[in-house]
Amino acid sequence: MLEIKNLHVYFGVIHALKGISLTVNDGEIVTLIGANGAGKTTTLRTISGLEKPADGEIILNGKDITHTSAQERVKMGVSHVPEGRRVFPDMTVLENLELGAYLRKDKEGIAKDLETVYEHFPILYDRKKQAAGTLSGGEQQMLAIGRALMSRPKILFLDEPSMGLAPLLVQEIFRIIKNINSAGTTILLVEQNASMALQIADRAYVLETGSIVLSGTGSELMKSDEIKKAYLGG
Amino acid sequence: MKNLTQKLAPWRKWLFIIITFVLVQLLVQVGIINDYLQATIATICINIILAVSLNLITGFTGQFSLGHAGFMSIGAYVCGLTLLRMPTIWGYLASIVMGALLAAVVGFVVGLPTLRLRGDYLAIATLGMSEIIRIIFINLEITNGAAGLSGIPRFTNWVFLYIFTVGTVLLISNFLKSTHGRACISIREDEIAAEAMGINSTRYKVTAFTIGSLCAGIAGVLYAAYFYYLNPNTFGFLKSIDVLVIVVLGGMGSLSGSVLAAILLAIISTILQDFSDLRMIIYALLLVIIMIFRPQGLMGSKEISMKVFRNLGGLWPARKGEK
Repeated sequence: MLEIKNLHVYFGVIHALKGISLTVNDGEIVTLIGANGAGKTTTLRTISGLEKPADGEIILNGKDITHTSAQERVKMGVSHVPEGRRVFPDMTVLENLELGAYLRKDKEGIAKDLETVYEHFPILYDRKKQAAGTLSGGEQQMLAIGRALMSRPKILFLDEPSMGLAPLLVQEIFRIIKNINSAGTTILLVEQNASMALQIADRAYVLETGSIVLSGTGSELMKSDEIKKAYLGG
Repeated sequence: MKNLTQKLAPWRKWLFIIITFVLVQLLVQVGIINDYLQATIATICINIILAVSLNLITGFTGQFSLGHAGFMSIGAYVCGLTLLRMPTIWGYLASIVMGALLAAVVGFVVGLPTLRLRGDYLAIATLGMSEIIRIIFINLEITNGAAGLSGIPRFTNWVFLYIFTVGTVLLISNFLKSTHGRACISIREDEIAAEAMGINSTRYKVTAFTIGSLCAGIAGVLYAAYFYYLNPNTFGFLKSIDVLVIVVLGGMGSLSGSVLAAILLAIISTILQDFSDLRMIIYALLLVIIMIFRPQGLMGSKEISMKVFRNLGGLWPARKGEK
């Protein structure tokens, strides 16, 4: 479904991504793990059109989207949950969700997807009239994911959904991510919490200072000594 | 009585607008509102148009602009130059259209490159832009340079002022309620998230900026055809700051706040007229005090709601489907 070939990104003189290639197949959960500054977020932002690559190709469903705008990509079924949640703080939960469906015109479909989001995250229904900025961190993360689902994406990019959340909440979020995937949405997940990410992922890539150093299925990587030592604490 | 108010409920906004208009018009006719008060009302109306349109750019879309006086001056000079050659009502009407459009075009052309800048940089760029416009007016032959244009016939009256003030407020409040308006507000809230939702942030920033300049152009036309005389220095940096003060005082992101603040500041200046020595000191002091106690502005980001009146004995009943 998504194929990235030899992607290079520069920030000024810094060579942030040094030729990354990866694929995400239909219906998979693929995770991208790595330490701080490895280029995980940059990879996601480039795929969703928020950064421009210097070289390389991004192919979505057989179409080259390397030079399309972020808006075009949302229309084509890409949805991005940015790092640090980034909900619209002064808007209500409902308004946030409605903005997720910004590019859609089918009112009935939007109403139906709103129901689906409330099913995934019942707490959002209870808080729908509340300003998003007053939600707890976990609730904001749920809102950010729910908002991204409102564009009815074919592929969902999640950037560090576990960031700053209590362990119990992290489990809850990952359970929901798994549910969303089972309901038919392909997921590309960027995580620092490698053990959680590898548990739910079909396949994984390990990123180190701008290059992919390892890849394999989730369970393979869990067993790999290198990964254990570097990311799983033992 | 209750039945009647219920029936009128859907029309009450328009009723309110019409009653205000008729009331002031009557007071003018009877002579209770004298020339001096009329000039104050003209200033209030022009300031409301300026503040509401700047609020769209700064308060709602979150783009800090210091160039509003520049766009106003474009409208004003278009009007002045047209009316000096064609002192008829048609010339006036034409200058409203031309002034608004020219200001909007300049806003669009200036906005396209500068709105890529953020925060302080945008403020400096817009400030520079309005200074450039002012310097152009000072150096052009046709605008009579620093001496300015004088003897512009007066066509702006309460009818025009009111139509355009109400029109601007309605235009901008409806824009804000639309999908486009939501997109603008989301850019203020979080530009990156807005982009990730598929909102073309540059496009909406430029749209808000262009609508804002268009309204400022209209304010300029109204100004020129009321106060007889135009001078480039009227539209300097301080004028932009004046407008910004109204917006911040009323509350960034509150249209009714801008209206309220424009009226309040005009009243304060009028009252302080009698203490000419202390006027600016008291005025500035009041601003400081208000900002200490209401840093979010008089209204914050809330709007004055007619719900306030609802508790007054059912005179203002809820509309169908309204809570």
